[in-house]
Amino acid sequence: MKIIVCISHVPDTTSKINFTDGNTKFDRNGVQFVINPNDEFGLTRAMWFKEKQGATVDVINVGLSDTESTLRKALAIGADKAIRIDMNPQDGFSVAKQLANYIKKENYDLVIAGRESIDYNGGMVPGMIAGLNNANFINNCISLEIDGANVTASREIDGGKETIESCTPLVIGAQKGLVEESDLRIPNMRGIMMARKKQLEVIPAIDTSNQTNSIEFEKPKPKGEVTLVSSDNLDELINLLHNEAKVI
Amino acid sequence: MAILVYTESEQGKFKKIAFELASYARAIADKNNTTVTAVCINAENPMELQNYGVDKVLNVSNQDLKSFNAMSYSQSVFEAAENEKSNIIVISSSADSKYLAPLLAVKHNAGYISNASELPTSYSPLSVKRTAFTNKAFEITQVNTENILISLAKNSYSITEMKTDTSVEDFSVNVLQNHTKVKSIDKATDKVTIADADTVVSAGRGLKGPENWGMIEELAEVLGAATACSKPVSDLGWRPHGEHVGQTGKPVASNLYIAIGISGAIQHLAGINSSKVKVVINTDPDAPFFKAADYGVVGDAFDVVPKLINKLKTFKAQN
Repeated sequence: MKIIVCISHVPDTTSKINFTDGNTKFDRNGVQFVINPNDEFGLTRAMWFKEKQGATVDVINVGLSDTESTLRKALAIGADKAIRIDMNPQDGFSVAKQLANYIKKENYDLVIAGRESIDYNGGMVPGMIAGLNNANFINNCISLEIDGANVTASREIDGGKETIESCTPLVIGAQKGLVEESDLRIPNMRGIMMARKKQLEVIPAIDTSNQTNSIEFEKPKPKGEVTLVSSDNLDELINLLHNEAKVI
Repeated sequence: MAILVYTESEQGKFKKIAFELASYARAIADKNNTTVTAVCINAENPMELQNYGVDKVLNVSNQDLKSFNAMSYSQSVFEAAENEKSNIIVISSSADSKYLAPLLAVKHNAGYISNASELPTSYSPLSVKRTAFTNKAFEITQVNTENILISLAKNSYSITEMKTDTSVEDFSVNVLQNHTKVKSIDKATDKVTIADADTVVSAGRGLKGPENWGMIEELAEVLGAATACSKPVSDLGWRPHGEHVGQTGKPVASNLYIAIGISGAIQHLAGINSSKVKVVINTDPDAPFFKAADYGVVGDAFDVVPKLINKLKTFKAQN
């Protein structure tokens, strides 16, 4: 089985989000970049298929050379090969087109991409790859078993889950639940050393145009002070929620 | 310009967001002197949409579309858009709609903006504000394509009642056969979901153990709320993953969010930031959640929550 995991290079979850250039650009100053958590859950599941079922696992990213540290980390976790499509990613559709083009050419059985990146939260790349390549698609995937071409998976729905049968070629939108947080792997020294020798192929982008452009960013308005209520006066809390906030 | 809205239903009943979406689509139509068409799939009473400014309903009734399937549902909405020559399609941010959205965007060759948080600020070209960086910021996005798909973030646009002279047409679609089939659905039908809830009661490690969640569930029941939890609680296995709210869990955009024994890590606050009113109950007055909350009680959950339940029961009985 040939697996490819799409890796997005995103600010660490603890990052403070700021903007520069008149609020038109994300401020990378002092920000640590990591593998997008939803992609990392997917990569970890892919490693299971590699170890138990002999799958090959490639990782791919659309980005400039600064994203290579994140691809190297994926190699250190255990991926076989990394591919970087050399383009400054500007919208989800063009990223999906770049990925879909490569994936189609290389005939992957399973494509794993996080259900959304934690920076732009577009939630479009996995579904668009499936749509462009006419592959089966399971979003919000929280379990995945593959036997030959047969797939059994589950999807988180609002208030529960769905068990789904499908087949390869398949694209999944990965998220937490696919593996547990405790299954995530921290690269060890041997993995890091081996990752240096693994192939990181840089390929040119195909011609795509953006369908959307980011114009400007805004930060949420600062919040007013909290109104404290004594634990001996909870009637006051109920009064505030009912008469002031009007939420009960 | 023509606008199509996909008004979702569950078990034949329109979801509340269907009416939010219809109102949102109506406002866009009024700005552009055009009409609103809705497409619904196996909804029992399509005429309900006449109260929310919909001019025309394409009513799809098809037994093969009984349960949600992203491939066939996206095809149905696409065919409705083709039929109406709609260049703007508006959908919700439910799990199902976000599943079909990218497939629909590819079919319709539409620029897709997810998580829009208000009405577009301009129309040629169309720009709209959306949430980004998991609610830590907003992004103004401009669409360059003729066709546009917008998913509206939950609880970001109020329902506006507006009586219209609505026509309902039966609309038949090609059901695409595909290899992805739902075998079973496991869903508690008696519980409010985090996605649909107006109020969410959430608890963290301050509760000390899974055996102490009885009072959280009772408080949720009194308020008609969904229950949720912090990331450590779901990682420890005290509560199911489906309840984890935060940056890597579910986003919450409820009217009222009550956090009990949750200190308020930046990732948690990001996930719940779209909620309108936040209440925190925590023993530690320096917990970061107090900076993010509207109302706070400094106190022990084991003392405060049972008292709050009793007082709310009395309040509910009188109101």
